Amino acid sequence: MSIVPEPLTQFPWRVLAILVAIAGFGTLVLYSAATGSLTPWALNQGVRFVIFSGMALVLSLIPLETFARLAFPAYVVVLGALIIVEFIGGVAGGSQRWINLGFMQLQPSEFMKPVIVLAVARFYALLPVGEIRRWSAIWPALVLIGVPWALVLIQPDLGTATMIAAGGVTVMFLAGLPLRLFVGSGLTLAAIIPIAFSFLHDYQKNRVLIFLDPESDPLGAGYHISQSKIAIGSGGIWGKGFLKGTQSHLDYLPEGHTDFVFATMAEEWGLMGGVFLIGAFLLLFRWGIGVSLHAHDKYARLVAAGLTTTIFFYVAINLMMVMGLAPVVGIPLPFMSYGGSSMLTVMLCIGIIMAIERSIRRNGQRRGNWG
Amino acid sequence: MKLPKLKRKTVNEAALSFTFTRRAMVLGGLQAGIGAMLIGRMAWISVAENEKYNLLSESNRVNLTLIPPRRGWILDRNGRPLANNRTDFRVDLIPERVTDPEGTIAKLTKLLTLTPEDGERIRTELEKSAGFRPVQVAEKLTYDQFAAVSVRLPDLPGVAPSQGFSRYYPTGATVGHLLGYVGAASAKDYEERKDPLLITPGFKVGKEGLEKWFDLQLTGKPGAKRVEVTARGKIVRELTTRPDAPGNPITLTIDGGLQDYAGRRLGAESGSCIVLDCLTGEILCMASMPAYDPNNFSDGISHDEWNMLSSDERHPLINKSLNALYPPGSTFKPMVAMALQSAGINPKERVHCPGGYRLGNRFFRCLGRHGSVDMHRAIAKSCNTYFYTMGNRVGIDVIAQMGHAMGFGEKFDLPVTSQSYGTMPDTAWKMRRYDQKWTASDTLNASIGQGYVVVNPLQLAVMAGRIASGRNIQPRLVKGRYPEAPFMPFPKEHFDTVRAGMWEVVNGDGTAGRSRLDVPGIQMGGKTGTAQVRKIAGSQRGQSGEWKYRDHGLFVCFAPTSNPRYAASVVIEHGMGGSRAAAPVAKDVLTYLFDPAKAMERLTELEKGWGGPPAERMARQMAAYRLAKAIEKGKAPPPATSAPTEATNSAAASNAAIPPPANPAAEIEASPPAHRRPEGGR
Repeated sequence: MSIVPEPLTQFPWRVLAILVAIAGFGTLVLYSAATGSLTPWALNQGVRFVIFSGMALVLSLIPLETFARLAFPAYVVVLGALIIVEFIGGVAGGSQRWINLGFMQLQPSEFMKPVIVLAVARFYALLPVGEIRRWSAIWPALVLIGVPWALVLIQPDLGTATMIAAGGVTVMFLAGLPLRLFVGSGLTLAAIIPIAFSFLHDYQKNRVLIFLDPESDPLGAGYHISQSKIAIGSGGIWGKGFLKGTQSHLDYLPEGHTDFVFATMAEEWGLMGGVFLIGAFLLLFRWGIGVSLHAHDKYARLVAAGLTTTIFFYVAINLMMVMGLAPVVGIPLPFMSYGGSSMLTVMLCIGIIMAIERSIRRNGQRRGNWG
Repeated sequence: MKLPKLKRKTVNEAALSFTFTRRAMVLGGLQAGIGAMLIGRMAWISVAENEKYNLLSESNRVNLTLIPPRRGWILDRNGRPLANNRTDFRVDLIPERVTDPEGTIAKLTKLLTLTPEDGERIRTELEKSAGFRPVQVAEKLTYDQFAAVSVRLPDLPGVAPSQGFSRYYPTGATVGHLLGYVGAASAKDYEERKDPLLITPGFKVGKEGLEKWFDLQLTGKPGAKRVEVTARGKIVRELTTRPDAPGNPITLTIDGGLQDYAGRRLGAESGSCIVLDCLTGEILCMASMPAYDPNNFSDGISHDEWNMLSSDERHPLINKSLNALYPPGSTFKPMVAMALQSAGINPKERVHCPGGYRLGNRFFRCLGRHGSVDMHRAIAKSCNTYFYTMGNRVGIDVIAQMGHAMGFGEKFDLPVTSQSYGTMPDTAWKMRRYDQKWTASDTLNASIGQGYVVVNPLQLAVMAGRIASGRNIQPRLVKGRYPEAPFMPFPKEHFDTVRAGMWEVVNGDGTAGRSRLDVPGIQMGGKTGTAQVRKIAGSQRGQSGEWKYRDHGLFVCFAPTSNPRYAASVVIEHGMGGSRAAAPVAKDVLTYLFDPAKAMERLTELEKGWGGPPAERMARQMAAYRLAKAIEKGKAPPPATSAPTEATNSAAASNAAIPPPANPAAEIEASPPAHRRPEGGR
């Protein structure tokens, strides 16, 4: 026993420090994006961060068994919401994503990102060890992933659909399915991409084509990527300085406070800001993977690593998009992009991983399988 | 269902845990790898390509507005400006940004007290404009008006107030035809040159005359105003501004004072006055009146003013010095006298003038019965019979050869956009032109400067100059170091005879005795000319009747006779006679060269009688025209075509007498009906 009281050592200082660093930086960037004003973004975002952090801490107190038991019911609820969206959802930006609940706009596909991880992990935790190399270990997981993926894709929301599939497949990978299945389907996927391309919506096709050559349409759909690269590129190593970004302040950079907030940041803070931010995110992932490696329980391991990877996909897809390495798919940058939905989702992930970390401490000696 | 192949390995909890650990670490490694890749990508963009993106970001942020350069001045031979620039405040409309044209025009009309006519012009220009080209609302605003518009800009989208320079011609209309005018570039200009300067508000290009010819030289280098703008085009602040570099000045051979004097002295008449240095060919003045005021053109001329100018029968839009052709009449005779001598005619040989010359069954009339005349007296009295006789003797080709040598039918190397060079006919020409043989009566008509002969006033002045100095002068407009021109290959005695005849015209018993110079010790030699405009019908000798059928009055001269230095030509359209209309103008203009004060005194007196200086008269004419238009619009419904000419004529002496219809049977002298003939063009 150390001299520090147990509740304090139990408190997840390390991860909270990382989160505060990222979110604090994000709030600063939003303050600048509003040309040096707390409203309309920075203050909201800060308050939201505090509230959602509290929520994550509360989640971390919930026993892991509860998450395990709720995995399938939650999956069914979110899937139901996705189906409802299909019929009565609001249309935004050419796709159907929202249910208007009156007091807030609900985006069920957002919740599917962590829930798919919980559900697939639950499935493999329940699966008897010997079954892992059978067909019965594969198809239920594929159905679990495939149904919401298809529902989100026809909204259409390519970015979220990709993240749902990637989150689920990551868990399948971690669950111990034979490697060649992944290699084989990877190759198959590469072969059918050109065919799938022809089924995309026109605006999606455009985005892909323009991603391949943004300068072909610098004033139209390629405008986002072009202006984003200009913002990042003109920032240089040290940036133009706080509140001195021109791309964002003069409105050349579209979505400078949401999807392209990284460009806003990079213009003012330069490569150094980018290194800091990416470094902080990597520390967060290292923490998440570390938790999963230390977990004794199969479900806990899969969930921790799966949720970490979900957060990773947010960051990676967003940054690749902002830097012109991926098409514009509308994935926000966690804690940086203004918006409640994504922060809520990511905080759910963090809260659950914290709960796993807590359970590791608590049940250090005991080994078990809640399946 | 089982996968047989996959069943080979036994799977247990420990193995699976090991697999998980390995794969989770792979995943972690992958994440770190992608993180590193992202940092690498970012470094590539922000460090390696920093320069490129910095440039792009700057070109986003900074909007460059060109500042039209000040136009180079046009100076007279003494360095006095004939055209300069003055500061002005202006307001333009950018058509594509205007959301509510009617409302905007209404507001501007109130703010700037525009006339309904201006509103009309802005509306039509707005419709015609290509969108990018600014439409001028008003120029030469006061600072208060300018400020009143500037503060209301947020409510007036598309309105662009600016401060700039506008072209200014201190002497107004008297330099109109000589210098031309400037105006906004046309869409065609822009397509040709693709210079963004051309569509900059307030930038003007030369449209006519010297302004057009020397346009590129007079155009300076534009300045640039750098402003920071948002993506939506809102100006955030002004950055540094690069000043413009004015265009190069051009110095002319023109004497500004003389030019203005000549223009004013032509007064209400329609005509041209040209003065040359007869040693070097430098053009000291080249006035053509009536003329437009180029100051009004550089503002963008109103529709009414344009209509008035183009419907005026005195053709204020035509440069009469270069682009109008007239039969030279008797002013041709000094040249013919040179031709006769070159063909070996002895100037002492006498011809009896019984009042005309009989050729076959036709009788070619002289102006009087001059009795026995030699060349000297024939010039002095302008005896047609002498020139009929001698011209017929030497033939047209001799006369044509001398005519070309004296500049008729020739185009001069001048920086002007257009020059009509007229016709110096000969046998070959007629065959070519009409496929007819040259006849003796053609020669007779040509010998007295009628018939097929048409010339422009500059050619007349050049002839006067060449005869006065005996030098083969070439007219010049741009100041430079010109040597005295070489002598012409004709004997001095021939020139002396002609010059003596011309001296007699003014100072002896000649046709222009009333126009002797009042300057002590200076005498002028000259030759009058009266050119018929139409066939002469009965007693109508072109001396009365409707203005446009009256004879032209012409005069060529040089001074001083003792040692010729200046040569001049004056043409007064429908002035009825050279001695009556043209010679007095030449007298006063030459007087100005020797005694400006005396000449000005006389002009002031004359202008009192005419109703003030040209600017005042033109303003009055415009007002009368507008009034007539208003009456026409308000009172009677159309036809709306008849009124303009009457209104414009109100200033001129209009004669109620209608000339009797031409009767070909009564003709005794053949003459082409119109003074401007198409074949002489360009």
